[in-house]
Amino acid sequence: MKKLTAALLAALLLLLFAVPAFAEIEVEDESYYQKFKGQGISINVYNWGEYISDGAEEGTINVNKEFEDLTGIKVNYSTFASNEELYAKLKSGGANYDIIIPSDYMIGRMIKENMLEPLNFENIPAFKNISSQFVNPIYDPDNAYSVPYTWGTVGIIYNTTMVDGDVDSWDILWDARYMGDILMFANSRDAFAIAQKRLGYSFNTGNPDELEKAAESLKEQKPLVQAYVMDEIFDKMQAGEAALAPYYAGDAITMIADNPDLAFAVPREGTNRFVDAICIPKGSQQQEAAEMYINFLCEPEVGLANCEYIGYSTPNDAAMELLDDEMRNNPIAYPSEEVLQNTETFLSLDDDANKLMDKLWTDIMSTNEGTNQWLIPVFLVLCIVASITINVVRRIRKKRDSMY
Amino acid sequence: MKKRKWLSNTYIGLIFAFLYLPIGVLIAYSFNESKSRAVFTGFTFDWYAKLFHNDVIIQSLINTLIIAVVSSIVATIIGTAAAVGINSMNKWMKSAMMNLTYLPIINPEIVTGVSMMLLFVFLKLQFGFTTLIIAHITFSLPYVILNVLPKLRQMDKFVYEAALDLGCTPLLAFRKVIFPEILPGVISGMLMAFTFSLDDFVISYFTTGPTSQTLPVTIFSMTRRKVSPEINALSTIIFIVVLATLLIVNFKDLRKQKKVQRSEVGV
Amino acid sequence: MKTKAASLPYAVWTFIFIVVPLAMVAYFAFIDEAGHFTLENVSSVGQYTPVLARSIWLAAIATVICLVIAYPLSYLLSRMHVGRQKVFLMLVMLPMWMNFLLRTYAWMTLLERNGLINRFFALFGLGPFEMINTQGAVVLGMVYNYLPFMILPLYSIMVKIDNRTIEAAQDLGANSYHVFSKVVLPLSVPGITTGITMVFVPAVSTFIISRMLGGGGNLLIGDLIDLQFLGNAYNPNLGAAISLVLMVLILLCMSIMNQFDNDEGMEGALL
Repeated sequence: MKKLTAALLAALLLLLFAVPAFAEIEVEDESYYQKFKGQGISINVYNWGEYISDGAEEGTINVNKEFEDLTGIKVNYSTFASNEELYAKLKSGGANYDIIIPSDYMIGRMIKENMLEPLNFENIPAFKNISSQFVNPIYDPDNAYSVPYTWGTVGIIYNTTMVDGDVDSWDILWDARYMGDILMFANSRDAFAIAQKRLGYSFNTGNPDELEKAAESLKEQKPLVQAYVMDEIFDKMQAGEAALAPYYAGDAITMIADNPDLAFAVPREGTNRFVDAICIPKGSQQQEAAEMYINFLCEPEVGLANCEYIGYSTPNDAAMELLDDEMRNNPIAYPSEEVLQNTETFLSLDDDANKLMDKLWTDIMSTNEGTNQWLIPVFLVLCIVASITINVVRRIRKKRDSMY
Repeated sequence: MKKRKWLSNTYIGLIFAFLYLPIGVLIAYSFNESKSRAVFTGFTFDWYAKLFHNDVIIQSLINTLIIAVVSSIVATIIGTAAAVGINSMNKWMKSAMMNLTYLPIINPEIVTGVSMMLLFVFLKLQFGFTTLIIAHITFSLPYVILNVLPKLRQMDKFVYEAALDLGCTPLLAFRKVIFPEILPGVISGMLMAFTFSLDDFVISYFTTGPTSQTLPVTIFSMTRRKVSPEINALSTIIFIVVLATLLIVNFKDLRKQKKVQRSEVGV
Repeated sequence: MKTKAASLPYAVWTFIFIVVPLAMVAYFAFIDEAGHFTLENVSSVGQYTPVLARSIWLAAIATVICLVIAYPLSYLLSRMHVGRQKVFLMLVMLPMWMNFLLRTYAWMTLLERNGLINRFFALFGLGPFEMINTQGAVVLGMVYNYLPFMILPLYSIMVKIDNRTIEAAQDLGANSYHVFSKVVLPLSVPGITTGITMVFVPAVSTFIISRMLGGGGNLLIGDLIDLQFLGNAYNPNLGAAISLVLMVLILLCMSIMNQFDNDEGMEGALL
């Protein structure tokens, strides 16, 4: 008995003081990374939430820390939740980032609005690891601004204990049977894409009529939606708080690993195939150090660590080779050609379409009951009148009081 | 009568249960073995150990403390001086200044945050420590002034003038006569500024930069996915520290009171 | 007098960091992206009337609930022994030291479908109740977070009401209703107005509570502003216009409130 307690205690102590084991990363050319050592340089990285291996689990790699140890460059890491949020943060100015990881259409929009710095690919030799099918993508035709980081599809994650029948159409997100059990994207482009696909449109036309119709259908859906979320979805789906939610394939893998009741399906109407890529925004003061960081992310072992942690599909051939078979053959991460045939990639829309979408999105989010739009002006006038009345009454009263 | 006492005690108990329910949940989950908040699998101290290895949390805690210390000290200096000045103004100027002071208190925080963001962008200030400290000083200033002013008003004006007549320079007179009198107000103002700065989220959210995330901003980005129990552990530690401090202060007060009472009885 | 000059740094500071920024909000509200004058932003705020109305409505409900809960509590606290008063006051303030995002997050854990409250009810075979992602949850979050802001000013006004005043009224034949309506209530008005201000203003402009407890579908005016500046529908000019309307609305409300008590009650009650 005593032995057992001692063993338990020892185990506890080990757990308490276990420092994550340092898994040395092997890089191709170590001398390349020595350039800025000891200069006290730092770079600001702005990434999606939970989108890099952070070494929290035993035996995994903390990518940022490895980079810091290797190069002596400090990484200031912060996160965003959607492309639109990233765009707003950059657009409102003031914040100075050296690395950002937007998705395809946002990269296109940023290139058009001159928000990105062209990359010097001489500083990114590891770019050769990127699979040729991801080079010169449609959003960055000359491949001047971006280096692909991950890719994936959008589909429906559902809880098999709460949904009966097959999930094969976006229609199920409009199914009144699941009222209050549906989660929906909290960003405009992804939400609109689903409505557009469901209505049989392309999500790249920017046709105002089609956008309006999609907005209508999203408004229709609103009473059925439990919540509009982004990464909150992990917690909610894993805990069985909701039955259905559209989200990214890679995240579905992570969620299914935690809760085997969950499953993932790509609807037959077709879906979005996205690429998230690493870019350097205009105004970066550490471009070369940032390129070093990009190169580091393209290293096979780093790519592998990230791919295993994030669960998204990797465009990095060298990392893919290191991947274990189970993951490589996972149909969620690497779907069949047949599924991929039926996908479209987001293109950046023109300014008018973007504006209209922003406006419609605000409308969708703010509608429920119809309230008269004169309510507020009337309320304002009432306030002023009340204020005047009180003052007048008070003055009269004072006068009356002073008469006695 | 007894029945009423019972009723009122139940009432007080219920409200405090309401106030402390979520805090109990927070603390309980800092001991939860599982990372998920869906299930309570077992008791562990792991998260407390892991907390000290979590660079992101520790770094933002340090940032938060630096910003709170610097901004509360600067706000106290500027605010105390301002209160002294306002106290000696005539009625019209005083009311103008007071309206200006109330403005940031009454104005919704989000509007203050947004307006400062616009200003910093316009001034081309890089978002970071500077912008955060400026913002925190700005919203703490009114609280310092409102704490110091009543103390100044209670003071006998003539003591200061007497000190001047007796040959003190204004600065010396301030140090020797006014300052000791208003010190309690200055201290409570500084504490308030410090507390508000520690806990501020809304204004920091609009003025933060990539290098200076404060704890509330970090917590916000976590709430969008999953709050790691390490944060619960940190809050539990903060809670216990504050509780201990308050208890010690209260206890000392009580002892002092008793002493005073005893000496009064002795006389 | 020379001492006036001591407030000069403060005056300059507030001018630069309060007055100028607010002026910039007003300026942004009246220009378009290209910097030309336009009324479009301000006039399009009218479209978002449902959001404004919902914010005001929910904040008003929360304020009333806070007042109803806090009033008797503050009275009871103010009639306790001095030593106990201190302890209970401390207990009221203590929760404010826990980060408010975390406290709200803890409510999520409590209110969820598989949350602690529903699991508790399930023990008796009840539920599950739909609590999270409703307007009720948003109101609850507001009440919870801002209740201390109602208790503190009410308490600090009531503690000044002398017990002898109440006894005198009783001796003069007032029943407990009259003691309340003729003595306690009128004397506590400054505390009530301060409390209402301190609960209503943050409640009406909150953007976290509605997002965390309301599911993002119950958009409030604060969310709308956030959405335009750092959110998913970037349009700072519209955001500035909404901010401007919100600010004017609140300042107006407050100036009306302040006319009910012309004393410097606010300052006294705040501290």
